[in-house]
Amino acid sequence: MSQWGMVIDLNKCTGCEACVVACRTENNVPIAGEEQTVMGRQINWIRVERYWEGEYPDLKASFMPVLCQHCDAAPCESVCPVYATTHSPEGLNVMTYNRCVGTRFCANNCPYTVRHFNFFEPKWDAPLDQALNPEVSVRPNGVVEKCTFCVQRLHTGRARAKAEKRELTDDDVRPACVQACPTTAMYFGDVSNPESEVSKQGESPRAFHLLGELGTKPRIIYLKREA
Amino acid sequence: MRIVERINRDLLKPVLETSWRFYAIVVVCGAVVAWALFCWGWQLHYGIGVTGKRRPEFWSLYITNFVFWIGISHAGTLISAILRVANAGWRRPVTRCAEAITVFALLVGSMFPIIHMGRAWLFYWLVPYPNDRMLWPNYRSPLIWDFFAITTYLIGSLIYLYLPLIPDLALLRDKASGWRGRLYYILSLGWRGTETQWHRLEKAVSIMAIVIIPVAVSVHTIVSWDFAMTINPMWNSTIFAPYFVTGAIFSGIAALIVAMAVLRHVLHLERYLEEKHFSNLALLLLVMSLLWAYFTFSEYLTVWYANEPAEMAVFWSKVWGPYSPLFYTMIVCCLVIPVPIIAIKKTRRVWLVAIASLFVCAGMWLERFLIVVPTLGHPRLPFNWRGYSTTWVELSITAGTFAYFILLYVLFAKLFPIISIWELKEGRRHEEEIVVKSDDVEASAFQF
Repeated sequence: MSQWGMVIDLNKCTGCEACVVACRTENNVPIAGEEQTVMGRQINWIRVERYWEGEYPDLKASFMPVLCQHCDAAPCESVCPVYATTHSPEGLNVMTYNRCVGTRFCANNCPYTVRHFNFFEPKWDAPLDQALNPEVSVRPNGVVEKCTFCVQRLHTGRARAKAEKRELTDDDVRPACVQACPTTAMYFGDVSNPESEVSKQGESPRAFHLLGELGTKPRIIYLKREA
Repeated sequence: MRIVERINRDLLKPVLETSWRFYAIVVVCGAVVAWALFCWGWQLHYGIGVTGKRRPEFWSLYITNFVFWIGISHAGTLISAILRVANAGWRRPVTRCAEAITVFALLVGSMFPIIHMGRAWLFYWLVPYPNDRMLWPNYRSPLIWDFFAITTYLIGSLIYLYLPLIPDLALLRDKASGWRGRLYYILSLGWRGTETQWHRLEKAVSIMAIVIIPVAVSVHTIVSWDFAMTINPMWNSTIFAPYFVTGAIFSGIAALIVAMAVLRHVLHLERYLEEKHFSNLALLLLVMSLLWAYFTFSEYLTVWYANEPAEMAVFWSKVWGPYSPLFYTMIVCCLVIPVPIIAIKKTRRVWLVAIASLFVCAGMWLERFLIVVPTLGHPRLPFNWRGYSTTWVELSITAGTFAYFILLYVLFAKLFPIISIWELKEGRRHEEEIVVKSDDVEASAFQF
C-alpha cells in the first residue's frame, strides 16, 4: 500500500500562489468575499505564508506554502468527539464531512492552523457556480474542511492503473497544487518507496519538518531555503 | 409566637404570596430570554458566521460562557456538601440556595456546547447510543469526557437538591391547594415524617453529600482538560485542572453571596440570612481569591521564565498587548477589590461583600475569556495571528443566559422554599432546645 507524502522546496518557491488558485478550483473551495476575508473567514486549503525580513528598502520576503501536514500523530484526530477526522491506511488525514458536527476542536488543536470552518452556506458567484468539480463534494454550512492531498485524484489514479492492469506509480497521482507549481517546488508520491522522487528529495540535508519539535510526524518535508 | 410558626410564616411567605416584583422580574427576564432565542434561531439559520468567530479564533464567547457557568455551578453542591459533611451548623439557611444555583448554572452552562456547534441539531451524535452503523463517539476526545462529567454532575446535583426538599414539599402539600397542591403532593412522594422516613432521608443526604464532592471536582477538571489536553501555547498546562477547580469554587461562592444578598433583601430574610453567614462565606471567598491569585501567578511566572516564543506571544498579548486592559481588570476584580473589603473587619458588611462578589463574578468571566481567546489568536505560525471582536448575536445570547438563569432561580424560589425549613427548625432546636410537642400542628413536616 502506498504511503503518500510531499516535499516542498522553499528554494524554488516564488510565492506566486498558483497552487492556491489550482487548489480552490480543484476542490470546490467556496468564495468568502472581501468583507468576510478581512474578518478571517476565507478558506484556503493551501496558503502561501509570507514573512518579511529587514527594513524598507532593504526588504526580503520569504515564502512558505502551508497545507495540511497529514501528520502521522495528528493532534486534530484525537480531539474530535465524533470521529469526523481520522487516519487512512495510506497515511492521509481524512475528513468525513457528513459526520462533522462543527465543534471546531480539531481546528483549535492543529498547530499549523490549516483547518477551516464553513461559517456560512458556501456560495459561488456566476459563472463559477457552473464550474464546480463533480469529483469533490461541496461542504455544507457548519463543518470543518481542509486539504485532502486531492484524494479524488488518488482514487482516479488507482482506478486507471487497475484498468490498465499495472502497478500504481507516482505519475498516476498529482495533487492540483503540485501540478500547478510553475517552478516544480512541490513533489508528491509514495514515501514508502525509496526509489520515488519524493523519497530522494526528502533525503536532502536541507530537509526539515514544520514545527517538527512538536512530534506530530508530518507527512510533508520542507527543504530549507538557502540565503 | 413560637419559633417554629415564625419560621413557617417567614419562609413560606415568598412561596404562598406573590408581589409585583415577581411579575416584573419574570417579564423582564422572559423578554431577554425570548430575544436570545431569536438570536439563536438567527444563528442556526445563517451559520456561526453571525458571531465574531473566525480563523483562528474558532472558540470564543460561547466557550467562555460554558466554562464560566460550569464554574458557577460549583457554588452550590460543593459548598453545601462540604459544609454538610463538616457538619457546620451555620450551613442550614445557605445550602438550598447554593444547591439551586448549581442546578440552574449547570442547565445554562451545558447549553453552550450545543449553541456553539456548527451543526447544533446533530448534538446527539456525541451521545453513545446504539445505532445501525455501529458508530460510537470518540472516547479519546475531552468533549466526550465533558458530556459524561456534566451529565453525571447534573443528575447528582438534581438528586442532591431534591432529597432535602422532600420534607418541605410535604409541608407545602399540607398548606397549598389547586395545581400547586397536586404538584407538591406528587413531588413529596408520600412523605409522612415517620421515623423510618427521616432515617432514610438523612442517610441518603449524607451519602449524596459525600459522593457529590469528587463528582464536582472532576467536572471542572475535565472542563479544564478541554484546554490542557491540547498542544496550544498557554493551554497545555499541568496545573489547569486545580486552577480551574479553584476558579470555579471562587466564582461559585461569589455567585452564592450575590444571590443570598438579593434574596435577603427582596424576601426580607434578614433574620435567617444573617451577617454571620455572609461573613463566613466572605472568608471562604477570601481564601479562594488568594488561592486563585497564587495559581495565576504560578501559571504566568513559569511561562515567562521558560520564555518559549509561542507561549510568549500569548503571554505578552495578555500582559502588555491588546488584551492587557482586560487582564488588569481581571486582577482588579478578582484580587484588588475583594481582598481588602473582606480582610478588613469593618468593611465586611453584607452589601459591600455582595458588591465585591459581583466584581469577582465579572473578573472570573474575564479570566475564562482570557484563557480561551488570546491563545487561539496566537497560533504557532505567526502568519495566522488575528484579533477578536464580537457581534450582537453573541452578546445577546450571553445576556440571554444570565436572564435565563435569573428566571429559573426566581421561579424556583416561587415554587419552593429557598431556605430549607426543616433543616432550619432542626438547627434552631439544637441551638435553643425548643421542646416540640407530639401534637404539633406541623408534625407531618417536623418529626424526629
